[in-house]
Amino acid sequence: MRKTLLWVACLTIFIAGCTRKESSVIRIKGSDTEVNLVQRLAEGFMEKNPKLSIAVTGGGSGVGISALINSETDIANSSRLMKEEELKKAKENGINPIATVFGLDRLAIIINSSLMIGSLTIETLGKIYRGEITNYKELGGADLAIILYGRTSASGTYLYFRETAVKGDYSPNMKQMIGTSQIVEAVKRDPGGIGYVGIGYLKSAEGIKEIKIAKDKDSPYISPLEKGYPLERKLYQYTNGEPSSNIASFISFELSEEGQRIVAEEGFYPVQ
Amino acid sequence: MKKIKEWFGFFLLKASAILILGIVVLLLLFIGIQGAKVINLEFLFSFPKEGMTSGGIFPAVFGTVALTLITTFFSIPFGIGAAIYLSEYAKEGRLVSFIRASIRNLAGVPSIVYGLFGVALFVQSLNLGASILASGLTLGLLTLPWVIAVSEEAIKSVPKSFREGALALGATKWQTTRLVLRYATPGILTGAILGLSRAAGETAPILFTGVCFWLPKLPGSIFDQFMALPYHLYILSTQHYDLEKVRPIAFGTAFVLVSFVFGLNLIALIIRTRLRKDYG
Amino acid sequence: MRRLKEKAIHLILFLTAISSVFLILGIFALLLTEGLKTFRDVSVMSFLFGIRWNPEAYGQPSYGILSMVFSTFLVTSCAIIIAGPLGVAVAAYISEGAPHKARDIIKGAIEILAGIPSVAIGFVGIVLVGPLITKVFGISGLSGLNGGILLAIMALPTIISVSEDSLRAVPKSYKEASFALGASKWETLTKTVLPAAFSGICAGVVLGIGRAIGETMTVLMVTGNSLSIPKSIFDPLRTMTATIALELGEVAKGTTHYYAIFGIGAILFIISLATNLIAEHISIKMRVKVE
Repeated sequence: MRKTLLWVACLTIFIAGCTRKESSVIRIKGSDTEVNLVQRLAEGFMEKNPKLSIAVTGGGSGVGISALINSETDIANSSRLMKEEELKKAKENGINPIATVFGLDRLAIIINSSLMIGSLTIETLGKIYRGEITNYKELGGADLAIILYGRTSASGTYLYFRETAVKGDYSPNMKQMIGTSQIVEAVKRDPGGIGYVGIGYLKSAEGIKEIKIAKDKDSPYISPLEKGYPLERKLYQYTNGEPSSNIASFISFELSEEGQRIVAEEGFYPVQ
Repeated sequence: MKKIKEWFGFFLLKASAILILGIVVLLLLFIGIQGAKVINLEFLFSFPKEGMTSGGIFPAVFGTVALTLITTFFSIPFGIGAAIYLSEYAKEGRLVSFIRASIRNLAGVPSIVYGLFGVALFVQSLNLGASILASGLTLGLLTLPWVIAVSEEAIKSVPKSFREGALALGATKWQTTRLVLRYATPGILTGAILGLSRAAGETAPILFTGVCFWLPKLPGSIFDQFMALPYHLYILSTQHYDLEKVRPIAFGTAFVLVSFVFGLNLIALIIRTRLRKDYG
Repeated sequence: MRRLKEKAIHLILFLTAISSVFLILGIFALLLTEGLKTFRDVSVMSFLFGIRWNPEAYGQPSYGILSMVFSTFLVTSCAIIIAGPLGVAVAAYISEGAPHKARDIIKGAIEILAGIPSVAIGFVGIVLVGPLITKVFGISGLSGLNGGILLAIMALPTIISVSEDSLRAVPKSYKEASFALGASKWETLTKTVLPAAFSGICAGVVLGIGRAIGETMTVLMVTGNSLSIPKSIFDPLRTMTATIALELGEVAKGTTHYYAIFGIGAILFIISLATNLIAEHISIKMRVKVE
């Protein structure tokens, strides 16, 4: 008898748990470049709105976008615009993606700090990442093999960097890291390492240095910490339709003065 | 000459054994020493703060405990049911040996394949979404073959005389089985707990079925996403923006995860030894 | 009434048992139906034997899995080269050489090893094994070698326990006969016991291989995940399991990429099934021989 009661109790709790209540949870998923920033923004937002709850998941821009398409998230963080086939897929599923820009990011190119390379053009960078230049001596440096570090194809940074700099397929020898911070860690340890990371990741890193980049041969070399850096991009958040209620108030918090201060604190750039 | 060879041969064997012991001790000490530095009640019972660089890991602990409970909820009834059938009811034949072969092979299916299956079936087709329920179901399937195997062994270890005695007294098959079950309970429990400890440490099957990078609140229903210890360790060691800074927390998480798994194993061990004493 | 209840119970129990069959068939069917859809856009040859895996390509996407299949076998071989001899030696020690107390301690340690979650082992790979490899070999720690070492650790418990079982199963009379002929303890072990248990040990190693091939988290965390065909174990590489873990989250349902990932899953499933069946076949043959 006691056992039966126990089972009934379990079942009741279980069924109670099953009732899907109108959720006060905002689900956010996507870009690893944005995940830490958005988590800080969420912390700031919830201090003011303790009743609301925000769940943040990383995985890459592609992960967020496909979750939005499959209605598995409320906001998709993306460090790139949606691809046409993704937009088509979204339409088929009755999703209407609207993008909001809530910050700016500059993609820094980092190398091990023992290397004597200080600046590169985007064209040379492309050659390096396409695997056409494989040794630092071709760049006027020491005789040392170039070890490429990058992200997996789930990453918006992977696609952004490919479209703007590589303009071709990445060399298959590129090591594909799960998270951007792994690139920082690896380049720090690898004397021949080169990698691309969102500027937020430079904040606390030692043992690596950023390279000045020029748009082409005739343009000036600019550090990612200065204005006019050629590898600047927008940080997007996609919602299904215009954001409403809780989601809208979170996004307007992000764009508020306080939200943008957090953006700057995390090493990104506020939207003007 | 022959003696030297003899001595050297056994020396090599002994050295291998010592090497393995060394590896295990090194692993445990490495995680234990670094992890113990950050473990305290606050670490266990507070939320991560300031972009996970400080604070605790409570939601991950809670998520893992809740997930293992949900896993049990699904794998135990099915597992024990199957074990009872195989040991008490089944007549050996083609069908039964096919069932057994299926169970053995299920135990060998890679966990990431269960993850794929879980995504396609629970998250998408059954539309449960990425949730603690979908993850629990996926892990339930994964642990099923283990629960069946250990439970069946436990039931089989009950002496035959029990059954014969009960049947002779005119009990029905089911009444007899219930009697047998009562004596096999500790063994079945051991199996269940071992299955749980396996579920608690798995990462690959939950990656896409509901685990989450960061949650400010505990999951309120089984349709919510959750944080879990193994996944937390995974992101703290590969994806956080400041890997050096969160390394102590990663060690702490590893320590809690390993202790949790061993805690479950220890409970199973205690039950097993007590069982041996009782029937030994 | 009573008989009805008995029958109902019988039926329910039967259904729970048969559900395992449905489960394994279901998994296979699902992987196969989704995986086979890859071939609507990709030819079988270019899927199985294509070198480049580049589903999100700049130009033409390619779906060749050969380099990751090769990578999987490379790390697995590395793991087995380490874990095979080591595991068998330990099994021989526990079953033939060790005093009781030592045996209990080693067996306990192996059980502990088997229980450590793979993600924790991967973590140790990142913070301990990786830097060590860099120091010793002067190469990046994120390489096939790191994965091989960690997989060896993970395959050891399987190899040891199965090998030990089969060493134990060798009839005492074999040993007695060997001793009676004047053989030493070492000669008995190497010339009589090990050969008699050989197929059982093989079964253990095959199961260890299956375990290593299916392992995801450790290799994902430490092998560097680059897509080219590794020239040696010192190169970074990406296994089949790691590819699924890395890419499953990003793909939209119904794309060729999505189906191709299920295709990889189907191949993994078939490999795991095959290793299990081979191991079983070997140990059945052994039982027959001993009896």
